[in-house]
Amino acid sequence: MNNLIGKNLTAGYGGVDIIKDINLEVNEGEIVVIVGPNGAGKSTAMKALLGMLSLTSGFVEYSNEEISSMLPQNRINLGLAFVPQTNNVFTGMTVEENLEMGGFLRDDDIIHTINDVYDLFPILKEKRNQSAGELSGGQRQQVAFGRALMTQPKILMLDEPTAGVSPIVMDELFSRIIEVRKTGVGILMVEQNAKQALAIADRGYVLVNGKNSREGTGEELLNNPEVRKSFLGG
Amino acid sequence: MIDFLNSIIVLLNFIIIPGISYGSQLALGALGVTFVYAILRFANFAHGEIMSFGAMITILFTWFFQSQNIGLGILPTALLALPIGIIATIILCIISDKFVFQYYRYQKSVPVVLAMVSIGVMFVINAIIRIIIGTETIKFSDGQKFIMKAKQFKVMTGLNEGLALKSSQVITILITILLLTFTFWFLQKTKTGKSMRAFSDNEDLALLSGINPDRVVFTTWIIVGVLACVAGTLYGLDKSYKPIIYLNLVLPIFASAIVGGIGSPFGAVVGGYVIAFSEIMVTYAYKKFFVYLLPSSIEPTGLVQLLSTDYKFAVSFSILVIVLLIRPSGIFKGKVL
Repeated sequence: MNNLIGKNLTAGYGGVDIIKDINLEVNEGEIVVIVGPNGAGKSTAMKALLGMLSLTSGFVEYSNEEISSMLPQNRINLGLAFVPQTNNVFTGMTVEENLEMGGFLRDDDIIHTINDVYDLFPILKEKRNQSAGELSGGQRQQVAFGRALMTQPKILMLDEPTAGVSPIVMDELFSRIIEVRKTGVGILMVEQNAKQALAIADRGYVLVNGKNSREGTGEELLNNPEVRKSFLGG
Repeated sequence: MIDFLNSIIVLLNFIIIPGISYGSQLALGALGVTFVYAILRFANFAHGEIMSFGAMITILFTWFFQSQNIGLGILPTALLALPIGIIATIILCIISDKFVFQYYRYQKSVPVVLAMVSIGVMFVINAIIRIIIGTETIKFSDGQKFIMKAKQFKVMTGLNEGLALKSSQVITILITILLLTFTFWFLQKTKTGKSMRAFSDNEDLALLSGINPDRVVFTTWIIVGVLACVAGTLYGLDKSYKPIIYLNLVLPIFASAIVGGIGSPFGAVVGGYVIAFSEIMVTYAYKKFFVYLLPSSIEPTGLVQLLSTDYKFAVSFSILVIVLLIRPSGIFKGKVL
């Protein structure tokens, strides 16, 4: 069983710590959501797990192995994948080339995985030879998602996958995320649309001011009056 | 009718053929500049000197082969020496990267710092070249000089005007077609080429996809070395080799790269031909052309030359200014391979 654990993570940019002493965990086959107000350090926490910024203290473990000092590229090799919130596709390249680049590190035949991605997102198959920069926001998000799946990750991290897409597309993306979970991938995501995200989540973390404020199953958090009042709009 | 044909031959002989061959040399040069800009993200002012260095090594080995009586018959011996020149140029590129550019890249210096650094590299390479081969003009083309001489053409067609076809021009055009085809095939079809496009498109995402930046940079310098050495040698073969000329060539090369849309390889090639044709067309004296076309009563008495050839660099500058004013992104929107 593969899992990714962040213990007592403290990190930030330019000497200012944005997250302080945070604990996070995501296991294979579950959806974990990080919610919280703006500036709570949600994305920063995720980047710290991936090694995109260096830790002031704390450590990251993957399948009982410490990986705190490993470069992000090497963590990708281990089975982690990350979809950034913005600039998450190669705009000048076709949809298919985007997927090929996602599978860059693999030496085996990636055509099966490309077909799996097309099965998951049929619209991408239609647009396979179109450049990703010409797609709509929701389609781009699917390309980004597909690119990350090309490494056949064990743990997939999504930074606000539904930012800036219409509610219909958002529902569509969430149902795809559930499908990906069925294949055994663990998903950690940061979401602004907290209500919908918690509804599909197995577990959730609430971050406030860079600290763990609460954690529980998706349902517990959804039904918690305090959480409802603070970020779910009552 | 005969007059009309004669005027066409004049144009072909003095504008179109020289334009295509000079344009090819600029296109190859501009493509090299574009690769550095799109991947390493700085304007490499040393590119002219890298071309010069490649041409110099090729000349040295041409001399060596000539002294050993090794040749290619009707083809210039330089073609035999060219692969050695290419290897030397690649080594030069990689050494200058390892000892100079890499440091600033790891420091994440801003592009303008790297551009200034490249000027330093330019001076160093320039000095090395002058120490090794001097500053004199060197002619190193041998073999059969003309594929068709003007006189032959006149006899063949019975026209007044001759059409000369230098073998260096034909070689330039053939090698350019070959090299451009290979470069574009490499970028579009191979995994390494695609990873270079990805890196140029979105560096962070390329890293997240596991693309190794050091390998991308290494491959880039190999391509730049090939393009620069070939461009430099072809230019020297066509005109003549003189270190100072390559310093001056940097201007039209940068103009080509920017006019086409900096960072776009296709744009760089188109830009090369645009600049070459503009330079030649603006500085050519059209008197002969009009003498054939117009009735003798309104025949021009002057040279009908828009600008003296001394001003040909001003032409590339002017086009650069016009393009930047009207279409700042270049003819083809650039930035990405």
